[in-house]
Amino acid sequence: MNIKNKIKITVNGKQMQIIPKFTLKSLITKLKMPLNKIAIELNKKIIDKNRISKIQLKKGDKIEIVHFIGGG
Amino acid sequence: MIDKRFKIANKIFKSRLIVGTGKYKSFSECAKAIKTSGADIVTVAVRRVNISNKNKARLMDYIDPKKITYLPNTAGCFTAEDAIRTLRLAREIGGWKLVKLEVLGDKKNLFPEMIETLRSTELLTKEGFKVMVYCNDDPLMAKRLENAGAVAIMPLAAPIGSGLGIQNKVNIKIIRKQTKLPLIIDAGIGQASDASIAMELGCDGVLINTAIAKAKNPSQMAEAMKLAVISGRKSYLSGRINPNLFGSASTTTKGII
Repeated sequence: MNIKNKIKITVNGKQMQIIPKFTLKSLITKLKMPLNKIAIELNKKIIDKNRISKIQLKKGDKIEIVHFIGGG
Repeated sequence: MIDKRFKIANKIFKSRLIVGTGKYKSFSECAKAIKTSGADIVTVAVRRVNISNKNKARLMDYIDPKKITYLPNTAGCFTAEDAIRTLRLAREIGGWKLVKLEVLGDKKNLFPEMIETLRSTELLTKEGFKVMVYCNDDPLMAKRLENAGAVAIMPLAAPIGSGLGIQNKVNIKIIRKQTKLPLIIDAGIGQASDASIAMELGCDGVLINTAIAKAKNPSQMAEAMKLAVISGRKSYLSGRINPNLFGSASTTTKGII
């Protein structure tokens, strides 16, 4: 893949490069995130986890992936 | 006297002690303390996953949300919008509707920002959340939260993590008199006797994190808190004697030689 075709996105505040037509599901799989333990926001909108295979990521997309940690 | 069951938003819980999962040295230490505490509700926070270290241990691997009720909080939120965003995400992780709202107003004293807290309670309740609300110990504000749809009133005993114990018993007693909602002391407990005092004031439960997590022996402190809550509750229900300024001999003078 030519580097020029790569798309820049931000995941949890960090820049990442992906290939065109990369889906949100591919991203979650690539990051090895267990779907039942996380929630996903795409550009500040919560994404239904059942729909992630239908969502293609675009240039500049901001993704937040969260989980539960210890808290009071 | 038979105790009525501890019920929040129509769900019955066995333990009146709720514990936090923050500040422990490790997940295993946390899991052990939760077990000895006997708690069936634990508070948890929502944060970004670490995408650079995919194999890092997760809270859910140590504390099974199928066996213990997760109570997602809004720790670190300073506005209603932040709090709502956080709890919507928590709900998305696994369907949690029972939540702990905590909107802070000051980074140093960690006091709740009550205007934003009230606004958040209204908005979250409209969205179908069952909102347990961390609040100050103001009876008027507690009433407003109740009217806004809160399912539990959770006033502070003292600033979060301070371990100072209950600073304003009168206010807690007044709130107890005016509300039928579960009243849970949240924040400021330092030692087991503080938890007993909270229960003796008529609170329905106590939420403790730092006093257990930062104790030298968290698991043992968790057990102490469990017993203190049970003890304080029984004491409250048993009807204490009236305090007297002067002594009253326990032994009769009848038949004295």
